[in-house]
Amino acid sequence: MTQTVLEQAAPSRSGLFTVAAAQKAVAFVVLVVLIGYFGFAAPNFLTEDNLVGILQATAVNGVLGVASTLVIITGGIDLSVGTLMTFTAVMCGVVLTNWQMPMILGVVAALAIGALCGGVSGAIIAKLRVPPFIATLGMMLLLKGLALVIAQDKPIYFNDTPNFSVISNDSFIGGLLPSFEVPNGVVILFAVAILGSIVLNKTLLGRYIFALGSNEEAARLSGVNVDFWKIITYALGGLICGVAGLIIASRLNSAQPALGQGYELEAIAATVIGGTSLSGGRGTMLGTIIGAFIMSVLTNGLRIMGVAQEWQIVVTGVIIIVAVYVDMRLRRAG
Amino acid sequence: MAEPGAQQRVAAGALVVEMRGIEKHFPGVHALRGARFDLRAGEVHALMGENGAGKSTLMKVLTGVNQPDSGEILIDGQPVTLNGPRAAQDRGVSIIHQELHLMNHLSAAQNIFIGREPRRMFGWFTDENSANADAAALFKRMKIDIDPRGEVGHMTVARQQLVEIAKALSFDSHVLIMDEPTSALNDTEVEHLFAIIADLKRQGVGVVYITHKMDEVKRIADRVTVMRDGQTIETMPAASTPISRIISLMVGRELADAARAKPRKGGEEALRVVGLNRKGVIRDVSFCVAKGEILGFAGLMGAGRTEVARAIFGADAIDSGEIYVHGAKRRIASPADAVRCGVAYLSEDRKRFGLVTPMSVSANVTMASWRRFVSGGVFMRDGAMRKTSGEYVNLLKVKTPSVDQETRLLSGGNQQKVVIAKWLLRDCDILFFDEPTRGIDVGAKAEIYKLLQKLADEGKAIVVISSELPEVLRLSHRILVMCEGRVTGELDGPTATQEAIMTLATRRLEPAAGIPIEAL
Repeated sequence: MTQTVLEQAAPSRSGLFTVAAAQKAVAFVVLVVLIGYFGFAAPNFLTEDNLVGILQATAVNGVLGVASTLVIITGGIDLSVGTLMTFTAVMCGVVLTNWQMPMILGVVAALAIGALCGGVSGAIIAKLRVPPFIATLGMMLLLKGLALVIAQDKPIYFNDTPNFSVISNDSFIGGLLPSFEVPNGVVILFAVAILGSIVLNKTLLGRYIFALGSNEEAARLSGVNVDFWKIITYALGGLICGVAGLIIASRLNSAQPALGQGYELEAIAATVIGGTSLSGGRGTMLGTIIGAFIMSVLTNGLRIMGVAQEWQIVVTGVIIIVAVYVDMRLRRAG
Repeated sequence: MAEPGAQQRVAAGALVVEMRGIEKHFPGVHALRGARFDLRAGEVHALMGENGAGKSTLMKVLTGVNQPDSGEILIDGQPVTLNGPRAAQDRGVSIIHQELHLMNHLSAAQNIFIGREPRRMFGWFTDENSANADAAALFKRMKIDIDPRGEVGHMTVARQQLVEIAKALSFDSHVLIMDEPTSALNDTEVEHLFAIIADLKRQGVGVVYITHKMDEVKRIADRVTVMRDGQTIETMPAASTPISRIISLMVGRELADAARAKPRKGGEEALRVVGLNRKGVIRDVSFCVAKGEILGFAGLMGAGRTEVARAIFGADAIDSGEIYVHGAKRRIASPADAVRCGVAYLSEDRKRFGLVTPMSVSANVTMASWRRFVSGGVFMRDGAMRKTSGEYVNLLKVKTPSVDQETRLLSGGNQQKVVIAKWLLRDCDILFFDEPTRGIDVGAKAEIYKLLQKLADEGKAIVVISSELPEVLRLSHRILVMCEGRVTGELDGPTATQEAIMTLATRRLEPAAGIPIEAL
């Protein structure tokens, strides 16, 4: 079911033989080959526990990847997704643990603060004309520092909100189908990806996201309020970072203020491996989700095979370069 | 949404646009001096003039991009103030730029309705089906077969242009401005475009057609207006006006007493190019230039002159052709090869390609010869660089407080001299100047001319590419005229006339059907 809706992504752009489709197919084939290889080489890889672990590990990166994809298709970049995730988790902890508010307010706070911070980045980029790389680099550091200040360098635990772990760890699906224990965090990932895909392909916002990345000047000359839509895009990306903040806080049952930096690069990597062009105008959510899974399958598989963590990082680097090279070659061929 | 026949509200032949006494100043330029223009429903009105004559500015005023300092604009007989592109669109005035403004990753329908998409579900969702249906209706009205769902980036330029025309029609435009619409089209595509324009005429659309191509004017225009120096010179019926008259109105000013190149004694051949070809851009170009000679390359923008220079300089790959430098055949595959052969190319865009503007005069002059100023293979000999560049600054009379001045702070003329110094220091003796005086004021121009003549007298071989006819005539010993990637003729510099150059510059060797070559 998830597959079909995601496949409808880019109705006007896909088709079996288009470059975008080929790119997605390449990423998909890479994913299948990786799973096949690890399944064969590492006996513990295909166990249920390990597969659930992979799904769970992908939840956070995948959601951040969705946020990244929206922004990157406009031709921009958001380096603050990782620390914004942490910041929303910390603020959620402040609301729930320090202020003892009901859980729903913590969730709303995380999402609202995410959207607000994203919107501020967007406004700095659109109105003050600060390049996206710089604006979000600043935002990344600013939020990292704020998170540490507010949490006073210590994790904030959610022990007073017993239901908080439901967000990521319980299995709502497992309650319905007892043999199918997919954690909620993973369900949220797919929900976010499908919603993101619908936004991208069916809504006005999605149309302008592609238009901005394709030819911003032409969009402006056509009477599109370019600044407004740019701000909205970054705000939506920020809101999705809030979702990631809730997932990671729920999974760790705490807001870890020191966490977060580095996640933005994993998110960008997932986006790029999934065929989204860093120069904008082109990209799909399905591709990004596949990209996120490639990253986590790789990390997990190499770890199970006993490859040192240092070498896992090396392999990840190589995969990113190869993926982007293949993407460029395919585009030229198309 | 435009419906077929919606344009019929204006009676054919009625004045849909009137512009009178339009004045426009830009900093340092008096772009429009009381220009006037009018357009009737259902006519094609060609707007002609040399580069910089004011055509584009006048059309920018009509499309609301620029606001005039004074003057009157009437649309459908009503005085209007056009304070932005949207205001012009709302009054039915649309423009199709020479460089298309499309979003390549979006479909045809998405491009046509960008900014005003049909929506559903409280305006949050785009209504793709309705946009596609509306676009299909537009294409049907234009009698063309384009898939509204097709991605624009995958279409040919001709089809992209048709998408732009459809977009203009979707605004219910009854005034359509086309800026050199055929510059990127092949002959079949041109025919197709003309058929569509004829169809639009029948529907009562008035078309302003900006072009440099005489045969096109003869084929599709009803009237032709010539502009020069920001003024409207004359409006004439297209059919009965001889091309020679249009050309002489375009060139206008007499140059009887202006300085001309002196006849030149023969010199040894420095560069010979034989059968240069680059698909779609350069067609079978051959020429030679001798030591001490200034060869002028004349032609309109887009004639392929810059492309020839870039090809010889190794900046663009060629498909075929031979290059002989001082009699020896050389293979030039990169600008580094060219410089080794002593060939230099001075781009028209000095700030982008010629100079590193945040760096000093000294660094720029020595940039192509840095190896000479390195000691021990590592350290730059700053003193020697400053001394040598100082010598060239004196030689070429560059006005700069010191060789340490950043080049971005110099005037255009002095920047040009710095670029020249760079190549002279590198021992280049075959120099291609692309628009050497663009953006340079009148006094400095004369100095650059003197400098070029001096370089030629010293035995350098010089090629000057210029769109300014007086400049070509003033400098050149010999003039090569190009049109559409071909050499259409060669003229003797001291005796050539502007009219003769213009005639060659607008001579398409394969005229579109319908106009015999004699009429040119």
